Amino acid sequence: MLEVTDLGCVRGDRRLFSDVNFTLSSGSYLQVQGPNGSGKTSLLRLICGLLAPSEGHIRWQGANIGSLGEDYFTSLSYVGHRNGLKEELTPIENLRVTSGLSGTQLSQQEATSILGKIGLSGRDHLPARLLSEGQRRRTALARLMTCETSLWVLDEVLTSLDSSAVRFVTSLLEEHLNKGGIAVVATHHELDLSANSYQQLNLAS
Amino acid sequence: MFRWVVVRDLTLAWKGRVDVLSTLFFFLIVVSLFPLGIGPETHLLRLIAPGVVWVAALLASMLSLGRLFANDYQDGTLEQLLLTPQPLYLVVLGKVMALWLVSGVPLALLSPVLGIQFGLPRNALFVLVVSLLLGTPVLALIGSIGAALTLGLRGGGLLVSILVLPLYIPVLIFGAGAVDASIMDSGVQGSLSLLGALLMLSLVFAPWATAAALRISLE
Repeated sequence: MLEVTDLGCVRGDRRLFSDVNFTLSSGSYLQVQGPNGSGKTSLLRLICGLLAPSEGHIRWQGANIGSLGEDYFTSLSYVGHRNGLKEELTPIENLRVTSGLSGTQLSQQEATSILGKIGLSGRDHLPARLLSEGQRRRTALARLMTCETSLWVLDEVLTSLDSSAVRFVTSLLEEHLNKGGIAVVATHHELDLSANSYQQLNLAS
Repeated sequence: MFRWVVVRDLTLAWKGRVDVLSTLFFFLIVVSLFPLGIGPETHLLRLIAPGVVWVAALLASMLSLGRLFANDYQDGTLEQLLLTPQPLYLVVLGKVMALWLVSGVPLALLSPVLGIQFGLPRNALFVLVVSLLLGTPVLALIGSIGAALTLGLRGGGLLVSILVLPLYIPVLIFGAGAVDASIMDSGVQGSLSLLGALLMLSLVFAPWATAAALRISLE
């Protein structure tokens, strides 16, 4: 369970948002909306623990995420608006390295089949810098299919994806929520999800 | 997981081997300029050899620091590394170890060839290699603090040298001191032991400081 209480964010001398409150139990989905510069990315980075909150608390399973340290990261997957891919490595190498770093060993065949499912078959031996923006985004999202984490934090992941890829991500999210996962997604798209708990947070208000 | 950090950085170093080789060539050329500039005065060359090789090693390892975090910072993989379920201390240690394997080790192994240019006796060549093998990991460890602190700053490269070079001085003194002592045929153990002590000290504290600096730089 993810609990956010009275969270505020100040960057430089600008206040982005204050008094953000929400509670996400297993199987719930939170869509974060707001105009550009309203602090969507900052909110997601706060939830990941990349930023330290200046006000308020973020608790995971009842404990403050700052005190959980690395234990928190075993249950967290984050895909940022920068894809987090090495340009020199192929999608297969990228996927194997990122899952290896989070403790899941992935063989060459497993990586190939996962990338095939996300629509990159035939492209998985090219260095990532030769791929299109959408293909790179797909490679970054393939990471979600290898992990067993319960909290997904996705930042603007649907940009530069075509409609079939958006459908694929939707089904991926649906499956994750059905398994009892939690997803926090910053996006302007209304996703067609049948989650048992669908919340929206608008940072503009 | 620690293994994956090392494997990842070694693979990336292999794919970008031009960068790695150019640092090595820099080291070779800087050291080779001195015999050419000073002329064939064996006695003088032998006297300055330890200092010259060690100063060049210092500069070369500083040049390689740019590769340590800057690329990962730009493409967002550093964020991912911070979010892996293992202590950041180990991530940093893995990255520094990979950097040392591709910059420090080849530099140390090349140094006897350079020592011959300066007319160093055989036992001094051996001490040179040992001192560099002990000293270059310290340089990489201390340098990683500077690289993490200046991450994302404009003109970070110059700032790193101002921050880090003063901290390299003890390594320079004991490293060059050990080679000097072996030329003079006095005991080298003292200097080498101190280099080893510096290595232990920086293994314990530097990755921890670098991890803290990385968290600040990524906020």
